[in-house]
Amino acid sequence: MATVVNRVGDDISTDVIYPGRYMATVLPSETPQYAFADDASFNGMLKAGHVSKGSVLVAGSNFGCGSSREQAVSAIKGHELVIVAKSVARIFLQNAVNLGLRIVICPTIVANEGDELEISETQVVNLRSNTRFPVVPLPTARQAIVDAGGLIAYTRRKLVARR
Amino acid sequence: MGMTVAEKILARASGLPAVTAGDVVEPAVDLAMSHENAALVVNQFLEIYEGTLLSPKIWNPDRVAVIFDHRVPAESPKTASNQKKVREFVAAQLVRKFHDIRGDVGGICHQILPENGYVRPGAVVVGTDSHTTSHGALGAFAFGIGATEMASVWALGAVLNVEVPGTIKVVVKGRFQKHVSAKDLILHLIGRLTAQGANFKVLEFHGDTIRRMPTSGRLVLCNMSVEAGATAGIVPADEETLRYLRDEAGVTDAVTPVLPDPDATYERVIEVNVAKLEPQIACPHTVDNVKSIDQVMGRAINQVVIGSCTNGRLDDLAVAAKIMKGRKVAASTRMLIFPASARIFQQALAKGYVKTFMEAGAVVMNSGCGPCLGVHEGALGDGEVALSTTNRNFKGRMGNPKSEVYLCSPAVAAASALVGAITDPRLGGN
Repeated sequence: MATVVNRVGDDISTDVIYPGRYMATVLPSETPQYAFADDASFNGMLKAGHVSKGSVLVAGSNFGCGSSREQAVSAIKGHELVIVAKSVARIFLQNAVNLGLRIVICPTIVANEGDELEISETQVVNLRSNTRFPVVPLPTARQAIVDAGGLIAYTRRKLVARR
Repeated sequence: MGMTVAEKILARASGLPAVTAGDVVEPAVDLAMSHENAALVVNQFLEIYEGTLLSPKIWNPDRVAVIFDHRVPAESPKTASNQKKVREFVAAQLVRKFHDIRGDVGGICHQILPENGYVRPGAVVVGTDSHTTSHGALGAFAFGIGATEMASVWALGAVLNVEVPGTIKVVVKGRFQKHVSAKDLILHLIGRLTAQGANFKVLEFHGDTIRRMPTSGRLVLCNMSVEAGATAGIVPADEETLRYLRDEAGVTDAVTPVLPDPDATYERVIEVNVAKLEPQIACPHTVDNVKSIDQVMGRAINQVVIGSCTNGRLDDLAVAAKIMKGRKVAASTRMLIFPASARIFQQALAKGYVKTFMEAGAVVMNSGCGPCLGVHEGALGDGEVALSTTNRNFKGRMGNPKSEVYLCSPAVAAASALVGAITDPRLGGN
């Protein structure tokens, strides 16, 4: 069971997730402090440690549109949030798969802050409204990277096999 | 079954006779580009080799390009240290397509690649920048990737697990009105498609308007295709592409265009007639919030920006200089002009555009991305409004979430700077 800690709308860009002025910061150990930096309340909650690991950010469609900056993924991953989104922009989705940020694509999701969700590979159940929402599985090509533990491990395996 | 341009390129690069939308392939990469975020790519690249007993080596340094453009010259010790680390890395790895902070060969990555002939029709180009889509203007299949994915490309020379995208055919007809251009066309198209209307798809551009359009305009279309969510934008190579590569990029070897088959399968066909297209404005805070200029005329603006990988080319500066010659930027407005490369800056100097801009009161800056994404120079104050020829207007994009950014063409930007408010360039005398 996981708690929804925030709900955001459609077309949330990587400029909102990780503002450009912090892009000189690249290390995954340093980026989480700037997650949603322009949203003082959410950023404050995250930085103060008031959000428990595995909590859910519910998003609308086209989450993570815009820039390819990987900091947007590592910043969220650092707080160990799970994204449940109606749909996700291409580069953000690939970056999430590559880095191991958990993303659940759930086109019909209806959930509000404070709701408790039960997430499985096939569905999300909102325990407050007692409603089930189907999950769209990752394409198998991406699932292989997730199963390997991310793209670094996946590439390392390929590289070693080649030599 | 016939193939689209993207399918043909991905088939060739994957060593397959044919591919179709939805296939998963591992295309070999012809060019892999990064900017300052190469600092993160280097970290990830080194991590791949940990525990392997192999020494980290880029698969083919001649196929890697690194261009410093996002924060040039460095705005902070952190950036300077990142740049230093990348500089040392590319020297050790023998990467020769490296463009440092220089007044002769420096500039914005999406101008440096085309103007140096690094991109060819039919190539697979990846870049750690979402606007890598720009290079589809030369008939390549070019798309943005993250830093970890680039590290994987540096190691293997291929992109792993790429799904062949479906293609939307965009047929553009008609002649633009005076002071209406490629930027207005792409803003109009993004407004129609929405910010996610082309997600995971390719936009392939056709029609007589495109055939007449110079490469500078095609770069605008492909650059902003990603703002409709497209994986890539492609203009199939033609006579103009060959002219650009020969005359402007100094390419002397043979170039072979990749054209779609007549029976290629498209997911959709969109037709646009530009004959009556008005200047278009993308209003805060999404690029698909597009309006005709008459709906936003008179909006007071504090800062005008002309430049970036979208509209900082010589043709763009020529349009602005013609409108601004002998006139003054409004006292209530600041105007910043960033040529897209050092070469363009020098051409603009030779043609007298820089003098025109400075006499009008504009500040001409060195080539770079700075103000477009709020990382360096040109930040906005609380409540301020910018009008810009760049490509994004997301909340906080220019460094301040309490500001607003409107996007437009160079002609609208120049005419508006003179008035201090959003102005239709067709109303002026120039």
